[in-house]
Amino acid sequence: MTVLTFAFYLFAILTITGGLMTVLSRNPVHSVLWLILTFLSTAGLFVLIGAEFVAMLLIIVYVGAVAVLFLFVVMMLDIDFAALKAEMAKYVPLAGLIGIVLLMQLVIAYGVWDVAEGVVVADGLSNIPPPETLNTSALGLVLYDEYFLQFQLSGLILLVAMIGAIALTLRHRKDVKRQNVLHQMWRDPAKAMEVHDVKPGQGL
Amino acid sequence: MADFLATPAGLALLILAQVLSVVTFVMVSLLFLVYGDRKIWAAVQMRRGPNVVGVFGLLQTVADALKYVVKEIVIPAGADRTVFMLAPLISFVLALIAWAVIPFSDTWVLSDINVAILYVFAISSLEVYGVIMGGWASNSKYPFLGSLRSAAQMISYEVSIGLIIIGVILSTGSLNFGDIVRAQDTAYGFFGWYWLPHLPMVFLFFISALAETNRPPFDLPEAESELVAGYQVEYSSTPFLLFMAGEYIAIFLMCALITLLFFGGWLSPIPFLPDGPVWMVAKMAFFFFLFAMVKAIVPRYRYDQLMRLGWKVFLPFSLGWVVLVAFLAKFEILGGFWARWPEVAAMVN
Repeated sequence: MTVLTFAFYLFAILTITGGLMTVLSRNPVHSVLWLILTFLSTAGLFVLIGAEFVAMLLIIVYVGAVAVLFLFVVMMLDIDFAALKAEMAKYVPLAGLIGIVLLMQLVIAYGVWDVAEGVVVADGLSNIPPPETLNTSALGLVLYDEYFLQFQLSGLILLVAMIGAIALTLRHRKDVKRQNVLHQMWRDPAKAMEVHDVKPGQGL
Repeated sequence: MADFLATPAGLALLILAQVLSVVTFVMVSLLFLVYGDRKIWAAVQMRRGPNVVGVFGLLQTVADALKYVVKEIVIPAGADRTVFMLAPLISFVLALIAWAVIPFSDTWVLSDINVAILYVFAISSLEVYGVIMGGWASNSKYPFLGSLRSAAQMISYEVSIGLIIIGVILSTGSLNFGDIVRAQDTAYGFFGWYWLPHLPMVFLFFISALAETNRPPFDLPEAESELVAGYQVEYSSTPFLLFMAGEYIAIFLMCALITLLFFGGWLSPIPFLPDGPVWMVAKMAFFFFLFAMVKAIVPRYRYDQLMRLGWKVFLPFSLGWVVLVAFLAKFEILGGFWARWPEVAAMVN
């Protein structure tokens, strides 16, 4: 067994274990931690197939930002585990049904999914980067040449989503005192305070 | 010997030896960084600092480390034991593995991967987990508040660090540290390094690095005047030692990053002296000195001021700088002062 095969099985098993434990563990914070393990081992799998740029982005975006926010929210929850389990029991049949349907779809997809020999690169690309290009540059060449419009549009959608989220949650409170930072920084100490020579026993 | 090193066992042994040498370098420098930090701090405050153990107190850190190791580990009653013990380990190991891609000279690098800078960025974005997990698992209010603060703080400043790094990548056209340093090796010597083309970003990066590693004046996660010691309150003995070691190693890593990105890594600042790892280490030590001076001189920020600085000052400024650098590089202003990628491409091929 080569090191690569060993690494593949290691990451694959870790990914599956992480995914299973995300669902099975009782504590939501532990679930998020297992989810992070899943992300990390998936990144490991990406490195093994030579997509190191995607692997690093997966870690930076999902583990470094998204999962931190998950953890942030989940840590604040005050959960009564007994009540949660009683609630869960009601939905088990429905959840099982959805699970079986999804599994069947996956099986069907796996059954008909067949890639012909030689069809590695998506057709219709006018300039395919040469095979020896580093995958970071290759990704950039394809994204910015072939799919420029789609790329910009997806960016626009994200921007709209962000503005929407901010607009929905923003509320201006009138009753809070706010500080004007520039105003504060331009204060002149000479005008703001004065020094008095206080005689003992007299006061001001 | 060469035949043996070509076999899988020999290769594994060779890699192990290389890893050990980097870890040894980091751990030995850690001992003297903690000592240096305390000495500089003491000197600014006109105290003597550690001066009892060993000559000039040089072995003080060793004594402290031994003391931490032999003490009892106290785990709070309501703590989540696994996560509680995992947090310091994560914080220490993550700080250490980032060194795998840091080059010390043209050929001295453990792993010369082509996404090196993204790797370091990814690892440093993971470092927040040690803090959050430690704070949550302690099951106590001050650690929890400290960990919430630090999560928000580290994420905020990561954004501006990322944008500053993008500026440097735009100038170089490569994500590899070796290429970034080689792109700074121009005929102008010291003035060809990226600190001049990216001058405002040097200051922004330095300040963001302070915030990212929870150093004073941004040490709000452990602000002792409000939160006792933040996420570290419940930690004692070896777990605390791991947290502290992880923090210092992360700081030293930031010194290495500043050196590589803006100050020419192993390149010699004096024209007739040869380049070499000595310069790299000397520059890192110099930036650590600056970190220590900032700790001694600057008072702590208030939390809302910290957030305002991160989101309303650093983020727009570094974003604007990325756009500016993109234009300066594309149109090769000042003879490609901001665009070094043709030279790098020529070197690689």
